[in-house]
Amino acid sequence: MSDSVDPMNPTEPLGQLQKPATAIPSMAQVSRERKPAASTVLQKIRTSQPRASRIPDAVFRVIIVLSAVSVFAIVVLVAWELIDKSRLSLHQFGIGFFYGHDWDPVNGSFGAMPFIYGTLVSSFLALLLAVPLSLGVAVYITEMCPQRLRAIISFLVELLAAIPSVIYGLWGIFVLAPLLREYVEPFLARTLGWTGFFSGPMYGLGMLAAGIIMAIMVVPIIASITREVLTAVPQNQREAVLALGATRWEMIRMGVLRNARIGIVGGIILGLGRALGETMAVTMVIGNRPEVAKSLFAPGYTMASVIANEFTEATGDLYLSALVEIGLALFLVTLIVNALARLLVWSITRGSPGRSHA
Amino acid sequence: MPDPVHISGTQEVGWFRRAADYLATGFVALAAVLVIVPLLAIFAYLVLKGVGSINISFLTQTPKPPGEAGGGMANAIVGTGLILAVSSLIGVPLGIGSGIYLAEYGRNRFGDLVRFTADVLNGVPSIVIGIAVYSLVVIPQKHFSAFSGGVALGIMMIPTVARATEEMLLMVPNVVREAAYGLGIPKWRTTLSISLRTASAGVITGCMLAFARVAGETAPLLFTAFGNQFWNLKLNQPTAALSLQVFTYAISPYDDWHKQAWAGALILILLIVGAVAAVRITTSRGMMKGA
Amino acid sequence: MGVGIEVRGLNAWYGKNQSLNSIDMTVAANHVTAVIGPSGCGKSTYVRCLNRMHETIPEARAEGSVKVGEMDVYGSGSDPVEVRRRIGMVFQKPNPFPTMSIYDNVAAGLKLNGFRNRKQMNELVERSLKLAALWEEVKDNLHKKSGASLSGGQQQRLCIARALAVEPEVLLMDEPASALDPISTSKIEELIFQLKQHYTVVIVTHNMQQAARVAEFTAFFLMGSLIEYDKTEKIFTTPADKRTEDYITGRFG
Repeated sequence: MSDSVDPMNPTEPLGQLQKPATAIPSMAQVSRERKPAASTVLQKIRTSQPRASRIPDAVFRVIIVLSAVSVFAIVVLVAWELIDKSRLSLHQFGIGFFYGHDWDPVNGSFGAMPFIYGTLVSSFLALLLAVPLSLGVAVYITEMCPQRLRAIISFLVELLAAIPSVIYGLWGIFVLAPLLREYVEPFLARTLGWTGFFSGPMYGLGMLAAGIIMAIMVVPIIASITREVLTAVPQNQREAVLALGATRWEMIRMGVLRNARIGIVGGIILGLGRALGETMAVTMVIGNRPEVAKSLFAPGYTMASVIANEFTEATGDLYLSALVEIGLALFLVTLIVNALARLLVWSITRGSPGRSHA
Repeated sequence: MPDPVHISGTQEVGWFRRAADYLATGFVALAAVLVIVPLLAIFAYLVLKGVGSINISFLTQTPKPPGEAGGGMANAIVGTGLILAVSSLIGVPLGIGSGIYLAEYGRNRFGDLVRFTADVLNGVPSIVIGIAVYSLVVIPQKHFSAFSGGVALGIMMIPTVARATEEMLLMVPNVVREAAYGLGIPKWRTTLSISLRTASAGVITGCMLAFARVAGETAPLLFTAFGNQFWNLKLNQPTAALSLQVFTYAISPYDDWHKQAWAGALILILLIVGAVAAVRITTSRGMMKGA
Repeated sequence: MGVGIEVRGLNAWYGKNQSLNSIDMTVAANHVTAVIGPSGCGKSTYVRCLNRMHETIPEARAEGSVKVGEMDVYGSGSDPVEVRRRIGMVFQKPNPFPTMSIYDNVAAGLKLNGFRNRKQMNELVERSLKLAALWEEVKDNLHKKSGASLSGGQQQRLCIARALAVEPEVLLMDEPASALDPISTSKIEELIFQLKQHYTVVIVTHNMQQAARVAEFTAFFLMGSLIEYDKTEKIFTTPADKRTEDYITGRFG
C-alpha cells in the first residue's frame, strides 16, 4: 500500500490505493530495468515444450499485440479524422482562420481568434490562481502538516480530482456566479477597477468565473505532482540546509523547492494541459460570447466551449469543418504541452527515458 | 592554512527571517484551507440542494416537458448504465490486453511507442475524442447512439487500465513466472492464470478508476449519445445519460429542472464514489482471504 | 578560535525509546575529540544533540544541559537556528546542493544569514575553500561547475567549506570519511588535524584506527551511555573499563 498519488492521472477518489501509484513515465524506466530473465528462461523452455502449447501461445500473443496496436491505431485514427474533417475549412481559410476576429456562422465568416483568446486567458488566469495554492498545499502536506492530518488532507485534495466537470459547472452557475456577482465583483470593481481588468457589467458568469472554476479543477493535478517531487528530494538535503542555521521556511526554499523546481514546472505545465482541454465547467460559466474583451467580468468563449455548444447545430459542411479545425488545433496544442510536461517530470522523478536497452 | 576571520560575528537571527518564516507557514496553511473549502462547499451543496428532489418519481420517471412539474431521470440513470457497460466492454479488454503487452512482450521500441501513444491518448481533451467518434461511428451509422457514446468513453478508459495493468504485472516477481514455466505451463496460461491473477487487485482498481473517471464525462457524449427525453434501451439510438441530463437541465431557464439537475448530480457523484468504495471493499476482503 | 563544550545530564529519546542516558562530558577547545562505539550505541545521536539536529526528527527529543562556550544550547531563550549556525555539521554522505555552483554552495549559509556584500562574500568563500583544502582544485570553476559534479572526496571537502563559511565555533563530523575511498579519507583526516587550530572538532567514527590517527581525546559509548572518556592514547593502550577493552580488542562491535 502506498500513499502517493498517480500524478499523471489524478482522478483517484478516496485516496489510498493498492497500486503504488507511479505515472506512465515510470513505466518506461521501470520496464527497462526489469531485464528479460524470463524471456531467456522462456526461450530455453520453449524449445523443450510440447508442440501442443505453441499454437495457443501464438494465438494469445497475436491477441495481445493486436490490443496494443489498437491503442496506436486509435490515436492515429483520431488524428486522421480531425485532419480529414477539417480539410474543407483548412483549405478555405488557411492560416487566417486563427487570427480572424469574426465568428459569424450565419454570414459564413469563421475567425477563431476569440476562442484562442478565451482559452488562453481563462487558462492563464486558472494557473495564476492554482499555482500558488497547489504549491502551498503540497508544501503544507509534505513539510508542515502534523502527521495525523496528512492522510486526511491529501485525501481531500485528491477528491477534488474525482468530481466531474459538469458538477463543477453546476456549482459554478448556481453558487459561484451569484457569489461573484453580489460580493466579489463589486469589491474588485471598487478597488482594482482602474486597471481595466475589473470593469463593465457584472454578470457573475464570465471569464473570472471560468478562471476560478478551472483553478479549482487544476489544483489537484499540480499539487499531486508537486507532492511527489517534493517527497523525492532526499532527506539529507533538508538536513544540510538546517545544519547551516536556517529557519524552516528557508530550509524548504533552499533545500526542497529548489531541488524540485524542474518537476514542479512539469506539474504546472501538465495542469496547463488539463486547463486547455477543459470543456463542461467552462462552457457553463463563461458566458459563451465570442468577444475579445479586457475586463475579466466580460463573457468569453473557449475553443472547447464553442465545439460543445455549436457542434450539433452546425449547419453546413463549412461550419462543421471550422469547428473540427478548432478541435484539431486543440488536439495539437494539448499534445505538445503534455509531452513537454512529461519530459520535465520524467527528468526529476525517474531519470530520463533513455533509448538504451542494455 | 589561512586564519578564519569572524566577520559575521554572533548576531541573533534577524527579525526579518523570523517574520518570513511565520508568513510562509501562514500562507501555506491558508492555501490548504482555501483548497479544501470549495470541495466541502460542493459536497455540501450537492447534498443540500439535491437530496430534496430525490424521490421515487425522480428515480422511476422520465423527464416531463418544461413547465410541467415532476418527472425524473430514470432514463438517464439507465442510459448511463448502458453506455458505461459498452464502454467497459471496449475499454477493459483493450486496456488489459495493452497492459499485458507492455509488461510481458513490450520491452522494445514498439512497446515504447505504444506507451507513448497511450500517454497521448490520456491527454487528449475529451471533446476531441467526441469529435473523432462522431466522425468514425455516428456518421456511418447515420444517427446518434448509445454505442457511439460507449465507444468514446471506452477509448478514454484504455490508457488508465493499460497503465494499471502494466504496473501491477511488472510487480509480479519474475521467479513466479519462471516457476510456472519450469512446470511446463505455457506462457499464455502463465500470464493469465498466474501473473494476472496475482496482479488482479491492482488491475481491478485501475479498471474502477477508469470507470469512475468516465462515468462523469459529458463532453464526448454531446455528439455521440446525444441524450434522449424518453426511454431507450437500444444501442443504436440516442440515449440519455446522467451527466448530459445534468448539463441540459443546469443551463435551462426552468427552476424545476435546476432542482433536478442537483439531484442528478448527487446521484452521479454517489455512483462514482460508490463504485470506487465497492471495489476497495471487495479487493481488500479478497486479499484478506488469500492471506 | 574554538570553544569548549560542557555536557551535563544529556538524555535523548526517539519516541518512547531512550537512546542516551545522562551523558556528562567536557569537550576540550581546539582539540579533536573522537566518539566511538558499536552500531546503535548512540554516538550519532549524541553529536546531533549538540547542535539540536536531533529534534528535527519527528517524535525525537532531548533534555539536559549543553553549553558551547557561553551559549546554552538547550536554554530557555535559545534559538535552534542560531545554535546551528554556530555549530557546524558535516554528514556521513556528502550532501552538496546539486542545483548550485561550487561558489553558491559555499556561500549558501552566508546568503541565509543575510550577507549581501559581494566582495566580502568572495573573500569568505575563498577562505573557506582554502581551509577545506579544496581551493586549488576548484578555483577556476567556482561558478561553472555544480556542487554535485565533484568527486566524492571533493564533495565532502566542499561540505566542510560550506560549514566553515558561516564561522562556527565548533565543527561536528558524523563519520565524514566512511563513504569515501582511502585516499580521500586520508586527505580529510589531514584536514581535520589542521582544522583543530581554529575549531573544536568532534568526530564520530566507527573506525578505531581513524580515531587513533586524528583525535587527542576519545569517548567510548555503549548502549546510550558514556563508558569511558580520556586521552586517545590511554583509551587504546590502557583502557580503564573492561567493556572499552573488549570493544578495542575486537571482542564485539
